[in-house]
Amino acid sequence: MSFIPGQPVTAVVQRIEIQKLRDGDNLILGFSIGGGIDQDASQNPFSEDKSDKGIYVTRVSKGGPAEVAGLRIGDKIMQVNGWDMTMVTHDQARKRLTKKKEDVVRLLITRKSLEEVVRQSMMQH
Amino acid sequence: MMEGGAGTWGRSGRVGLPFGACISSGLNGDGNMSVLSFPSASKIDSLRSKVELLKLPLTLSSKSISERKTQLGGTTERSRGGAGAHKPRPPAPDMDNESQYSGYSYKSSHSRSSRKHRDRRDRHRSKSRDSSSRGDKSVTIQAPGEPLLDAESTRGDDRDDNWGETTTVVTGTSEHSVSNEDLTRASKELEDSSPLECRRFAGPVLSGILGLFALLTPLAFLLLPQLLWRDSLEPCGTPCEGLYVSLAFKLLVLLISSWALFFRPPRATLPRFFIFRCLLMALVFLFVASYWLFYGVRVLEPRERDYRGIVGYAVSLVDALLFIQYLALVLLEVRHLRPAFCLKVVRTTDGASRFYNVGHLSIQRAAVWVLDHYYTDFSVYNPALLNLPKSILSKKMSGFKVYSLGEENSTNNSTGQSRAMIAAAARRRDNSHNEYYYEEAEMDRRIRKRKARLVVAVEEAFTHIKRLQDDEAATSPKHPREVMDPREAAQAIFAPMARAMQKYLRTTRQQPYHSMESIIAHLQFCITHNMTPKAFLERYLTPGPTMQYQRENGRGRQWTLVSEEPVTSALRQGLVFSLRRLDFALVVTVTPLPFLNLGEEFIDPKSHKFVMRLQSETSV
Repeated sequence: MSFIPGQPVTAVVQRIEIQKLRDGDNLILGFSIGGGIDQDASQNPFSEDKSDKGIYVTRVSKGGPAEVAGLRIGDKIMQVNGWDMTMVTHDQARKRLTKKKEDVVRLLITRKSLEEVVRQSMMQH
Repeated sequence: MMEGGAGTWGRSGRVGLPFGACISSGLNGDGNMSVLSFPSASKIDSLRSKVELLKLPLTLSSKSISERKTQLGGTTERSRGGAGAHKPRPPAPDMDNESQYSGYSYKSSHSRSSRKHRDRRDRHRSKSRDSSSRGDKSVTIQAPGEPLLDAESTRGDDRDDNWGETTTVVTGTSEHSVSNEDLTRASKELEDSSPLECRRFAGPVLSGILGLFALLTPLAFLLLPQLLWRDSLEPCGTPCEGLYVSLAFKLLVLLISSWALFFRPPRATLPRFFIFRCLLMALVFLFVASYWLFYGVRVLEPRERDYRGIVGYAVSLVDALLFIQYLALVLLEVRHLRPAFCLKVVRTTDGASRFYNVGHLSIQRAAVWVLDHYYTDFSVYNPALLNLPKSILSKKMSGFKVYSLGEENSTNNSTGQSRAMIAAAARRRDNSHNEYYYEEAEMDRRIRKRKARLVVAVEEAFTHIKRLQDDEAATSPKHPREVMDPREAAQAIFAPMARAMQKYLRTTRQQPYHSMESIIAHLQFCITHNMTPKAFLERYLTPGPTMQYQRENGRGRQWTLVSEEPVTSALRQGLVFSLRRLDFALVVTVTPLPFLNLGEEFIDPKSHKFVMRLQSETSV
């Protein structure tokens, strides 16, 4: 998950599709995000590289749509519905996740354990 | 006819020219002949109507001279037009009514774009007084030679009218003659002189006499026993000496402080008595009188022998006078220093406004205070800058003509017509704001252009001279330069910038305030003090306060205080009074200053601490 400036970012990602839950007038997804290019990246407890300014999942509410869909705490969100989330501000990220017209968000997320899984499966062969 | 006559009266060299010019302007010889065979009654009628109009410039009303001259021109047009067409002349009053509007409609019927040319043409017309140039509106017939031919015969009284015309029509637009504004200003200044110069000094003289009387009283108290019954007085030793010294010093202090505080020439004559001053003077008078009374009864009559007591009595009088002076100081000077009211002063003609903070004053004293500050804070009142040009405002009603189609019952028609006109005028799109906007933009552009030219001209002019250093004079024998004093230097460099300056002043309507002489004097002043061109120009680029244009004269400025409350009452909230002069007024509104509730908060300097903003977490 480290990021070399100038080089394209490569990561092993998992696709997660979350159905938004209607709660009164709001559509909620059931998790919290942190991070962004306008935030202090050194405070991020989930990132390996403390200069990584991506969007991370900091909390997943129990039984919510995100947990049901398979989102875990500490995941880094790479894309939302095709929109890039690796170089956005915190507010832009929030907006892209909470568009009222969309009922479904399709995320591409990455976590460290994914890489290990892939490596292990590659090593087995 | 009259106009041509006037033209030739002043300049006899031009007799033949307009005559010839009019012949070639399309009249036949018959028209020429018909002029000479005029019935004299109608001639006198035309002259009478002219005399009516000529009387107007003498009354120095606010109507401008050039407007009157166009009316004049309208009259002559009308008269000549009537004569040329052989129409029977209408009686004089009707012609007056017509001629009132002819000049006016002439001005407004032309479009805005050609107004510049029209203005220039107007100016030429008034300068040359040659009405053959006015002939584009109607056919004019002139026989300027005629007045000279029959000057003796029928125009005995007409010569007076002629004389009146040549001396009273002042061209308001030529450069070197007195304009209308100068005339009104001169008349105003004549009115400004206060009728009684000595009325200013009556109050201070009275209080001066009283003060002197009060000061001399203790001395009199001391001296009278010595003079009258010196032998029977008890001798008084050291205590008396001490009392003498203290008395002397207290009197000295009283004298000096009275002189310093109270004996100043007043700068304003107030309409009513100044209450506090009157109160104090009455108090002092009563006081001293009662002391004299007691003195007379207790000391002079029984020939009191205890001199020390008498000296003590005199010292107590002086003490009391000192305390009265302290009271006077507080009442007259200190009480109005601490601000308690806010005065808003608005000038009625152009809306310039200021806010001032004053203390507790009476209305008349507040008026004097406001006027003091008016002279230095408000820009000078320029009557030429006030109104929108008439052509913009008067466009509304001149667009419609009403025709009646056949019915002759006239009772309903007039009201119906006017109502229809009003309704139509209300419905039609009013574009005068457009005109105003473009007119203002044009004016700004013109002013800026002239200002740029002026600045460049002045800068260039200033480069022509430089200050002669003392050592230069000795060491340059081979370039003998003419050494000038400031006045000559100013005159030398004035010439290149004169034209640009004059045009700029004309555009900003400031030319009545700056004569050529004053400009040269100011230039001389600036050269003497090593000022840069910009410093020289600051006086002309912005209209300064009225103080800058004052002439030193001992006569005061006449202001009228208009108020609904008696002018000696104190200021309070919601009071409105106005200070009026001849052509503008200052309206003053009083509001109390708000009561301030000041709280306290203590901040420990060590409590200023900062942290980085943590990652904000947003739940989605």
